[in-house]
Amino acid sequence: MTTRWTRKDLLGLRELSADEINFVLETANAFKQVGTREIKKVPALRGKTLVNFFVEPSTRTRTSFELAAFRLSADVINISAMTSSLTKGETLKDTARNLEALHADILVLRHSSAGAPQFLANRLKASVINAGDGAHEHPTQALLDLYTIRERRGKIAGLHVAIIGDILFSRVARSNIFGLLKLGARVTLVGPSTLVPHEFEKLGVEVSYRIDDVLPKADVVNLLRIQHERQRREYFPGLGEYIRLFGLTKERAKLLKPDCLIMHPGPINRGVEIDSEVADGLQSVILNQVTNGLAVRMAVLYLCGGIAS
Amino acid sequence: MSATIIRNGRVIDPANKRDEITDLLLVDGKITDQSAIRSPPSEIEQIDASNLIVCPGLIDMHVHLREPGFSHKETIESGARAAAAGGFTTIVCMPNTSPVPDNPSTIAWIKDRASAIACVKVLPTGAISKNLAGEELAPIGSLAQAGVVAITDDGHCIQNHEVMRRAVEYARMVNLPVLDHCQDYNLVGNGVVHEGYWSTLLGLPGWPAAGEEAIVMRNILLAELCDHPIHCQHLTTAGSVRLVREARARGIKISGEVCPHHIALTDEAIQNFDTNYKVNPPLRSQTDIDALVEGIADGTLSILCSDHAPHADFEKEVEFDAAPFGIIGLETELGLFLDLLVHKLRKIDLARLIEMYTVEPARLLKIDAGTLSIGARADVTLIDSELEWKVRVDQFESASRNSPFSGWTLKGRAVRTIAGGKTVWKL
Repeated sequence: MTTRWTRKDLLGLRELSADEINFVLETANAFKQVGTREIKKVPALRGKTLVNFFVEPSTRTRTSFELAAFRLSADVINISAMTSSLTKGETLKDTARNLEALHADILVLRHSSAGAPQFLANRLKASVINAGDGAHEHPTQALLDLYTIRERRGKIAGLHVAIIGDILFSRVARSNIFGLLKLGARVTLVGPSTLVPHEFEKLGVEVSYRIDDVLPKADVVNLLRIQHERQRREYFPGLGEYIRLFGLTKERAKLLKPDCLIMHPGPINRGVEIDSEVADGLQSVILNQVTNGLAVRMAVLYLCGGIAS
Repeated sequence: MSATIIRNGRVIDPANKRDEITDLLLVDGKITDQSAIRSPPSEIEQIDASNLIVCPGLIDMHVHLREPGFSHKETIESGARAAAAGGFTTIVCMPNTSPVPDNPSTIAWIKDRASAIACVKVLPTGAISKNLAGEELAPIGSLAQAGVVAITDDGHCIQNHEVMRRAVEYARMVNLPVLDHCQDYNLVGNGVVHEGYWSTLLGLPGWPAAGEEAIVMRNILLAELCDHPIHCQHLTTAGSVRLVREARARGIKISGEVCPHHIALTDEAIQNFDTNYKVNPPLRSQTDIDALVEGIADGTLSILCSDHAPHADFEKEVEFDAAPFGIIGLETELGLFLDLLVHKLRKIDLARLIEMYTVEPARLLKIDAGTLSIGARADVTLIDSELEWKVRVDQFESASRNSPFSGWTLKGRAVRTIAGGKTVWKL
């Protein structure tokens, strides 16, 4: 592969080429081996400072980035919205410029506003890694999803991936759509019409409101968490009806092809978007996603951190 | 006495259906004719207007001057200078200030301030509802006596149709037009950009076209019910144009205005999350732009304006969701409309453009402006319609810089602005 990485920031998958995505996945492959060694640490980012700046709460993604940074020998600081000066009225720009004045090399940002990572990337010399911005993108989640599919199925091109659930408010869905389409997959979005508007078809995906029609044809189903605590009530009548129409129940899981992968970015609501037994079943790769997330984030930090120096 | 003669210009005065190469005389702050000249020729100021348009001073009936309360964004003084630099001699300021002009004393303050320091005429609007809250009527009769030219809750929209109905009925009694910012709060929710392809792609909360159209329709029904003019501010959607066109064909007293950014830019411009493109109502699709332009061409949309909305850099330099809505426009609007409507799209001619900036707003607001009739106040704008110029935001007279048009090359602009017989700005 002749691709070379030239980006200091990872803001989303929409801006990446298929070659660049594959390059990250290859790099992640090398780092995955590191996790199986007795000494799980490499000196790639020794002397570099990484700031995990999580303006919106997260456990899984923050921990994954933190661990990835430790394994690359970077120094890590964690800042959450509650402990940052944002609560004292400081702007995002000023907080970030202060971090840069402390010579932070890499800023991992989780933020509730779409575009916040790009806003900082345009203004800082440090690398900015998007760890999820509003309903916009969550590139490392999509990269680890792609990695997991490729690891299990040997390819992405030609596979039929169904993304099921709250698409409208999902940054995971958008990053997956961009990544999957660039790598040649076929994508069908499934969910209530209020959360999967037809406008998505213009992105090059199919939209279906009948999960039972889609499940038998899918090679991968990626279930998104129903974020019922964040939603206005008018989007769907209630969880009971959601489960009836779109939940991956045990009965529905029988419609899946035997080799169909079941994925979920977590945290899962057992008994809502996915039945508890199905989540733990043989087709589920949910925990593999978590493991692969570490390798993918090491790759991203290594590649972007290398450019920033 | 002071006298000025503007020589050899192409005088376009839509109010008097004039379009001819001639001289224009200004004496003691009034438009006059040869007979009024008593000064010796050596004391008459001579302005050569060869190859220039000489027209009535332009009127922008939708401007935010931010005073009182937000003078870090703009002041009546700086906003008036920006207006002069854009070719405007009359501007109408919106009531979303602090305090809100929902009382005669705030109106008096604005008028005093303007007469003391503004280089162009500033006409205040009063609030429709107390504190722009949309619940109780402001003292509209007292506001009329204090000298407002219209009432509006601009920046806000009265959601309760009954409150709006009574406001329009009451305004009719005191002969004030009602201007409305058309936005249904339930449909729009926390929308920040046009609901469509780009909001879907970027995951930004969408502001659907129906959120504007629902209120335009409401206003048509109330204008008919109350038999009184309602003017829909900054219209942006194809549906709004269709609704207004149909209603006007039935003789209903409804009108609409267009801002330049809504025909110069589509929602694609937001893709880099640059908050200088964040405006309310939002930038829309090409289909909407095409409909707005057709609406301008066939007279459905009769007024051009800027919705000049200044914000300080530090306020705009934040996350997209958190940034305030608004674009400054006084110093680019004439250039943009000339460039787009007259030169590029050739949808209207110069005379109609001038009419939409003079006769139309003057008629709606019943103000004594927008004409070169003998005896009128000597408000005159000189326009070079062929001049190509580059927008330099850093050289604006406005106190703010939130324009997405920095670096654009436009064809046509004002080159001299004369207010009350005095040159208040000159290129």
